[in-house]
Amino acid sequence: MLEIKGLGHRYADGHRALTGIDLGVERGELVCLVGPSGCGKSTLLRCVAGLLRPTEGTVTLDGNTVDRVPDGLAVVFQDYTRSLFPWLTVRDNVALVLRRRGLGRRERRAAAEEALAAVGLADAVRKYPWQLSGGMQQRAAIARALAYRPSLLLMDEPFGSVDAQTREDLEDLLLTVRGGEGGMTILLVTHDIDESVYVGDRVVVLTGAPGTVHTELRVDLPAPRDQIATREHPAFVALRAEVGRAVRRP
Amino acid sequence: MTGKEGVAGKEGVASEAGKVGLAGRARAVRGFVGRIWLAVLLLALWEAAARAAGDLYFPPPTEIASTARELWWSGPASRLFLSDKALDDFGPSLTHLLAGWAIAAAVGIAAGVAIGLSRVLFELLDPVLQLGRAIPPPTLIPFFLVVFGLGTEMQVATIVFGAVWPVLLNTVEGVRGVEPLYLDTARAFGFGRATRILRVVLPAAAPRTAAGLRVALGFALILMVIAELMGAGGGIGAHLNDAERGFLPTELWAGIALLGLIGYLLNGVFLLVERRLIGHHRERQD
Repeated sequence: MLEIKGLGHRYADGHRALTGIDLGVERGELVCLVGPSGCGKSTLLRCVAGLLRPTEGTVTLDGNTVDRVPDGLAVVFQDYTRSLFPWLTVRDNVALVLRRRGLGRRERRAAAEEALAAVGLADAVRKYPWQLSGGMQQRAAIARALAYRPSLLLMDEPFGSVDAQTREDLEDLLLTVRGGEGGMTILLVTHDIDESVYVGDRVVVLTGAPGTVHTELRVDLPAPRDQIATREHPAFVALRAEVGRAVRRP
Repeated sequence: MTGKEGVAGKEGVASEAGKVGLAGRARAVRGFVGRIWLAVLLLALWEAAARAAGDLYFPPPTEIASTARELWWSGPASRLFLSDKALDDFGPSLTHLLAGWAIAAAVGIAAGVAIGLSRVLFELLDPVLQLGRAIPPPTLIPFFLVVFGLGTEMQVATIVFGAVWPVLLNTVEGVRGVEPLYLDTARAFGFGRATRILRVVLPAAAPRTAAGLRVALGFALILMVIAELMGAGGGIGAHLNDAERGFLPTELWAGIALLGLIGYLLNGVFLLVERRLIGHHRERQD
């Protein structure tokens, strides 16, 4: 579904963030990009989103070259405090992105409320984002992305700014909603090795500056995944050790 | 969360809101008294001093108030007691002020968004805008007099030219300062150009634009009076001219007090509307 070939990017200031990235993602797959900070993970995600035009190589989505923001794309940014619009209620934040699906005002609101209820925010629909805790704001951002019914969901360190307990809840929420929607492909950037193994079907390790693909690992862990049982599974322990070594070794 | 907890939670919020409401009202009353006492004291001192001095040029405030009442508020109850003279004086003045301000707002916001969104336009036009802003608007009145003659057009043109700058420059700054992640979000979710501008850029820039609009309202009042003093038709400025020529200091003072009152009320109404429309921006900052 998603093909990245020979992708590299050099910013206008001469900083080279990525070089020679080759990566393919199947429909319905959840691929985690993991690597130390400064390895160009976010740059890669922005190139896939069409928000940044790469200086080398190509990104193709369903056979079409990505040269602008593709249709059916949703993004969850790390910085939830600045990705939800503070002048809209949580419900209207979600409803706003649904205009593109050609729904009427009432239908948009209903769809927004449904999406928010699905992430446990039924009681917060009329609140403003800044009235919610960080975890709830990130839930709202996830609800907004899901309500959009994207075929490709990009997540840039989506759980990087919330506390550990909320983080686990949100990881499980992601695994749940992912099962519900048919055919959604997810590309998730994280610097957390455990998280990449826990939620991913495949882990891609990026290293170096400029970043390159160091290793790709398939995650074969029994479903459904469980915060306690999965994390003590021998295969999980072995995988996270392998990813950890790959991240540390240049 | 169970239904029961939900209900209990809501009740808690409601009673809390009630308490806040009462305490808030008490605080508001205290705040009002705290703000008003000095003004009352100064008025009383002015009254006493003016009465003691008995100077023709400095009538006591009560006399000014009763003159103002006679001039403007001696009409029938059906017209909110506004006299014919009040309609003649306030009508044109306020219409021109609001028309000029509205045109300045529309032009300033539209141009401000266009310039703020385009780096090329901004770099090209910024020096021109700084120069335009630096021209004291009253100096253009003679020019507008030549172009439009005495009357409404000249007065409105003067107001527009003076009031457009704060709106325009503040909107440009507001638009240029829009959080980049808001724009990335809008692009990532495929918002069209119009949606992006109306639903993201304008609301994000709204606090700055509103600040500009408020300054512009003050400018508009000043320029309205100056244009009228220069002889642009009727209005409160014309009343001041008449009072001056008729050597009626109390009527002059009444006009001055009236202008102060209008400025105060306009600003108050503006703040109320602003708080209602974009108050949540402010709450977020607190």
